[in-house]
Amino acid sequence: MNLAIRDIRHNWARFVLTSIGIGLLLMIVMGMGGIYQGLVDDAVLLINKIDADLWIVQHETRGPFAEISKVPLNLEDRLRSVPGVQSSRSFVSHTIQREHNGKPIRIVVQGLSWPDDKGEWLPLISGRNLGSAHYEMVADKLLGLNLGERIKLGKDYYTVVGVTSGMVSQSGDGLGFFSVRDALNIQFEVSGESVRLERQARKSRVLSQDIGNIQPALVERAQSVSSELPGLARPMVSAVLVKLKSGADIETAVSIISGWKDVTVYTADQQKEFLLKGTVDRARRQLGLFSALLVVISAIIMALIIYTLTLDKIHDIAMLKLIGARNSVILGLILQQSLLLGAIGYILAYYLGTILFPKFPRRVLVTSEGMLYLAIIVLMISIISSALGVWKAMKIQPNEVLS
Amino acid sequence: MTGDVKAIEVVKLSKIYGSGNTEIIAMNDVTFSLEKGEVTGLLGPSGAGKSTLLTAIGLINPPSSGTILINGQTVMTGSVAHVNLRAFRRKHMGYVFQKANLIPFLTAVENVQLACEINDIPAKEARKKAAELLGYLGVADRMKNLPHMLSGGQQQRVAVARALANNPNLILADEPTAALDSVRGRQVMELFAKIAHEQGASVLVVTHDHRSLDVFDRILEMEDGILTERTH
Repeated sequence: MNLAIRDIRHNWARFVLTSIGIGLLLMIVMGMGGIYQGLVDDAVLLINKIDADLWIVQHETRGPFAEISKVPLNLEDRLRSVPGVQSSRSFVSHTIQREHNGKPIRIVVQGLSWPDDKGEWLPLISGRNLGSAHYEMVADKLLGLNLGERIKLGKDYYTVVGVTSGMVSQSGDGLGFFSVRDALNIQFEVSGESVRLERQARKSRVLSQDIGNIQPALVERAQSVSSELPGLARPMVSAVLVKLKSGADIETAVSIISGWKDVTVYTADQQKEFLLKGTVDRARRQLGLFSALLVVISAIIMALIIYTLTLDKIHDIAMLKLIGARNSVILGLILQQSLLLGAIGYILAYYLGTILFPKFPRRVLVTSEGMLYLAIIVLMISIISSALGVWKAMKIQPNEVLS
Repeated sequence: MTGDVKAIEVVKLSKIYGSGNTEIIAMNDVTFSLEKGEVTGLLGPSGAGKSTLLTAIGLINPPSSGTILINGQTVMTGSVAHVNLRAFRRKHMGYVFQKANLIPFLTAVENVQLACEINDIPAKEARKKAAELLGYLGVADRMKNLPHMLSGGQQQRVAVARALANNPNLILADEPTAALDSVRGRQVMELFAKIAHEQGASVLVVTHDHRSLDVFDRILEMEDGILTERTH
């Protein structure tokens, strides 16, 4: 005869309420684990998706995510000459906060090396990849921009031609993909007045030199568009990404590029390590510790619940001992209820999480591996928490039936 | 109804609580025996030591000194047990108390069935035996009711059925009719007599109810921890 089931049947309302409580608690444990996993996944998401073998960044920096990096655009061409390199493309990454439709919007601007990289690797849920060199963007759904919507960034309007899902930065902001040129324009865009003042300053500098006074054409040239001036550097990009040919030796390529004194080269795995051990490390550890704390709290709460349920049955357990019931009968009653509470709480936590977690502002990533870990944790909590109840039950004397 | 081996034999049983100035002798050199198939009443005022004696021979409250033999087997000497007490209780003893002490989340038949299953009777057979016992005690029609749905008398009958589940050699009842009216109290007492005479169990009933003394084969009296036998 299963005493645990019969007790639950008799006190089903209390059991249901307790299960809901345990379920909510486990949902929080699951949520914390999911936030932790989401943070880690978000941090390395772009590196995984972008599918580059090597990241070439400014010399002795750990850019472009862990710190600022600037490399010249023509680095792309130099890298194509390295043996084993299949392709190279510029990459720009910076965060902007603007206003759109009266609300603030934070976009992590990602520049794609048009036309080599049109964002074919992006996980689109609607629309298409970039189809032209300018004024188009692919936005993550987290940004709240609809397909076909236009957004003004600087002086120009950009049309959303595609929408992705789950493309977020390590800080949880949605990614927006533009061509490198547009990404640089958004970053370095200045007002007309600033341009006029800069040109006037250039004219003054030339006139202050002797050569300016004897060569009037030079003064005129100094006031022209900055991109037409050979003396001015072209805008820099954050990094250049390299894809190696199939079968190419990565060590050889790294060795060659490492010999260049103006850049530093990292593999995709090293980039991930910078993020996980750098920018997101503290948040990751904090969430990890908090999750561990929640597991301990859950175990204590469950232990107290099982203990209270056992206290309610002291008289019955004393009677069972009096009529000669073996310890296994009493242990089964407590342990089965504990396991059942854990199992129902686990299922409830899963379904509640499925409904609630997608509504959270940051990604809560509940993986099947995470669910398996939680199941093991719940099983252990159920067994450990029943220990207190079992200990109490074992101490009950049969003569307590007379009390 | 008597046999060679006594159902229970108690030799110089004493129980002392406390020590020094606070010492209380609840039971003093009690010696007696019960025959199989005999129903015995144990009378005495409150605090006389009746329940102490009952719980001592019921193997749930060890004596300070003395020997308890059940079915000829030495079970306890002083507070030292010579057998696994829980297993021994399971096999040989049945208990009925003032309160029925039924498990509240089990129906009447399940309460009895559980006692059968604890004695290693398979579930199906246990269920059948439980139903038969409830029928024997006249509560077959309430077998699917939970204890709170039964009257005090019905609960006590279910408790008696549970006490019979293991075919005990010894049934110990501590004021089983105290919570019942006179009619139902009488019925329960007659039930004990019937069980003792029909099933050969030895029944010891602690009671204050002097209206049912005629059902007992023997009457023992206890006062200030000393046991004496009253003749009819």
